[in-house]
Amino acid sequence: MKEFASIGELARGLRQGDYSSVELVRHYLARISANSTLNTFITINEDEALIAAASADRAFERGVAGPLTGIPLAHKDIFCTQGITTTCGSHILENWIAPYDATVVHRLADAGTVLLGKTNMDEFAMGSSNENSYFGAALNPWDTSRVPGGSSGGSAAAVAAGLIPVATGTDTGGSIRQPAAFCGVAGIKPTYGRVSRYGMAAFASSLDQAGVIGHDAEDLAMVLSVMSGLDPRDSTSSDHADPWLAGILEDGLTPGGEKLTIGLPDEYFKDLNEGAALLEAAAGEFERAGCRLTRISLPHTDAAIPAYYILAGAEASTNLSRYDGVHFGYRCENPTSLEDLYQRSRSEGFGTEVKRRILTGTYALSVGYFDAYYLKAQKLRRLIQQDFLAAFAAVDLILAPTTPGVAFHTGDLTDDPVAMYQQDIFTIPASLAGLPALSVPCGFIAGLPIGMQLIGPHFGEQKLLETSALYQRRTDWHQHHPEVT
Amino acid sequence: MSWEAVIGLEVHVQLATKSKIFSGASPAFGGAPNSQACPVDIGLPGVLPVLNAEAVRMAVKFGLAIDAEIYPYSIFDRKNYFYPDLPKGYQISQFAHPIVGPGTLDIRMENGDTVAVGITRAHLEEDAGKSLHTSYPGMTGIDLNRTGTPLLEVVSEPDMRSPAQAVAYFRQLHKLVRYLEICDGNLAEGSMRCDANVSVRPLGSSELGERSEIKNINSFRFVEKAIAFEIERQIDILESGGKVRRDTRQYDSERNETRSMRTKELSDDYRYFPDPDLLPVHLTSAYIAEVKASLPELPEARLARFRTELGLNDYDAAWLTNDPVIADYFEAALSTTGDAKLTANWIMGDASAALHRDELEWGDCPVPAAELGRLIARIKDDTISSKLAKTIFDALWVEEGTVDEIIDVRGLRQLSDSAALRGIVKKILNENPSQVAQYQTGKNKVLGFFVGQVMKATQGRANPGQVNELLLDSLKEGATGKE
Repeated sequence: MKEFASIGELARGLRQGDYSSVELVRHYLARISANSTLNTFITINEDEALIAAASADRAFERGVAGPLTGIPLAHKDIFCTQGITTTCGSHILENWIAPYDATVVHRLADAGTVLLGKTNMDEFAMGSSNENSYFGAALNPWDTSRVPGGSSGGSAAAVAAGLIPVATGTDTGGSIRQPAAFCGVAGIKPTYGRVSRYGMAAFASSLDQAGVIGHDAEDLAMVLSVMSGLDPRDSTSSDHADPWLAGILEDGLTPGGEKLTIGLPDEYFKDLNEGAALLEAAAGEFERAGCRLTRISLPHTDAAIPAYYILAGAEASTNLSRYDGVHFGYRCENPTSLEDLYQRSRSEGFGTEVKRRILTGTYALSVGYFDAYYLKAQKLRRLIQQDFLAAFAAVDLILAPTTPGVAFHTGDLTDDPVAMYQQDIFTIPASLAGLPALSVPCGFIAGLPIGMQLIGPHFGEQKLLETSALYQRRTDWHQHHPEVT
Repeated sequence: MSWEAVIGLEVHVQLATKSKIFSGASPAFGGAPNSQACPVDIGLPGVLPVLNAEAVRMAVKFGLAIDAEIYPYSIFDRKNYFYPDLPKGYQISQFAHPIVGPGTLDIRMENGDTVAVGITRAHLEEDAGKSLHTSYPGMTGIDLNRTGTPLLEVVSEPDMRSPAQAVAYFRQLHKLVRYLEICDGNLAEGSMRCDANVSVRPLGSSELGERSEIKNINSFRFVEKAIAFEIERQIDILESGGKVRRDTRQYDSERNETRSMRTKELSDDYRYFPDPDLLPVHLTSAYIAEVKASLPELPEARLARFRTELGLNDYDAAWLTNDPVIADYFEAALSTTGDAKLTANWIMGDASAALHRDELEWGDCPVPAAELGRLIARIKDDTISSKLAKTIFDALWVEEGTVDEIIDVRGLRQLSDSAALRGIVKKILNENPSQVAQYQTGKNKVLGFFVGQVMKATQGRANPGQVNELLLDSLKEGATGKE
């Protein structure tokens, strides 16, 4: 069995009978177990996974298997899974079991995929390093003294280490793209509304979007095609019809985009040190493939981080009010009053970063500060959206760095929250604008991967993925893998 | 000094939708605790609200019925506060952009005056659950069945000047929402709950005094009594040189007094902001026009029609139209009888008294409107006498059968056969010569005795008018009736 196989390859192996789904699942479970020091999983779903794999094998025998039947995957531990704990990386939900499946979870289960476990994450998806997980940080398989990025760090590290071929993630300000870049894998944050948020514990509702982390563009497209689509349970999910995406499982992903115009925003490159040469080389690859490159400007880029941390904090401060020790989740010992129950359950249940964001968000929504913070941040958000709209009048895609540099060392930024927030400088703008964006590996600096980010117009996932496939056909960065057991 | 009260009401109208405002669970009253709370109501991680289109439609109906502006664009906000019966830690409501803008509700006072009460706005929101403080000693139980029940909060201008006006407004609102079929109007089950804002000021002053808010009054009588008490309380404070403190009060109906729940010198900060889980509500003019076309006849129009087209007097028309169920019953019976006044009399008299006696609502009346109509029709076509009609009504009440079946089975068909009746009359006169003699000497009262005897002899089936005529004829014919 080939290590680091794409799901396209695994699906072929299953169809041809090279191995059964049970064998495949056992293989990955063994790898997860052998690499448990990477701490990429919070929960391993061994028994259920073997049952599901056996059922997948019967589907092959009966000839009713679909394109993704028997494919192992992992969900970020923010998606509700009926009967399996959903912790959100938090003490406050440490033992909580959802009574229902998230839409993403049941759509992928219906497609025949096999859930191997729930991946590690920063608490409630707040963080850029995985160090905010109550269950301890996942480690970067390229260098275990470094962070895998966050918040979907468990998913990215697990895929990078070959512990799972593909995993879901969520991205609010870069939480799929940044860990994908740090771990040398591909990750896509779809257009806001493309994928239902039902059953995905909310961090910042107007920004949260589920996506996929895998090795190649086709894997992302295949999983996305199953996950996406209108959901009557999510009023913000889109009814945008996309026959291209719907046909991916049958037709596969065709590399393309040779005629596109690709914009390189000045604001993203002006202070870039690490990786600038690699990104220029990647841009050059597109030029050689036939694309036209052009410099563009996204003038309000600097406003993105402050606007994001106010809006995301404001939404988080009320989204997380439900964790109050009354109805579910952690409750403090021996509360002396209702007030005491609220205060201690939340003080003891949430970690430092979550509390920091709840406090700043509460502040931003308070009488007397609302206009100066929340409303002003909304105005900045609109300016950033307009920057992109103007840019996409002239270009088809935007090429930019995913991160300011390679994965940093564990503990380097934990005492400096603002420096930690600066890590998201290149991923936050597309989140604020609700645009689809992905990161693919584009090279290495001293043995550590660097990611290239492509940002598309609303519902421009086809251009993003076809162009990424084109790049991956012309380069082999995605075929470099860390040495693991 | 003379004082003037200034009163404004906020009424929470529970909308009669089949499912909750943001989830598919049933909002029906009376289920076992927490049996009607789904993951969305409980606010579990990951759940999302989906707006119930029927609740929007009901709000629009209400707005159109009070001639209010219907905003084509409204927004749901989160109102943030912690309380155990509020599982999400916020209530979804409409703050800056409600669905219904300014409108007017006219109320008619007993002295005939009409007062136009301004309605500031009406907005949609979800109800919270219930905290049960008495069921579990030393603990609080939480019942989330009510969580997410759709409410339309109707906020009036401070346009009322007396407890009587306030209660008239509350009644008019109650009548209207029942006509619109957007609320069952069941006050005892909390389907309409009223908060009253009360202040007093020197008569003639245009400034508003400091106000108190009386929360959650759920009967017409208590609205009147609570406000009356509160006005007196505030006047007492002012007249003794004190100042009214802004506070939130509770009405205790057993002691007939209001008590402070909390002072409101610092207003709460609910950190309202648009709920990012819900899209703004866009209403097209075509939609609003379509809802408008579907509005039923409103109470005032029906009252006017009952007076002018049916010729009922003011009292009867108002009585019958006060409750749409009664008005519907009346019109259904009327379609059989064709006699508005007689039908009104039966409904306001016998039928109403019987319901009252058995403590039933009009919706549970055991006599269908069509049967009451037929009963009245049988009086009019002389099949039965008015007196026997009451007997038949009682039989209908205990569901003995249809009017015609009861008449036949009991043999109650009115005797209008002149020859037969004439024979009976002769017989009575012959048997009572002394009374005949009294009549001849001018004692006309004796006629009643003869009528009674004839009715007795016919078990009440004789047509009373005909009996009268025959008696007079026979008595005129001769002293003894011998031929």
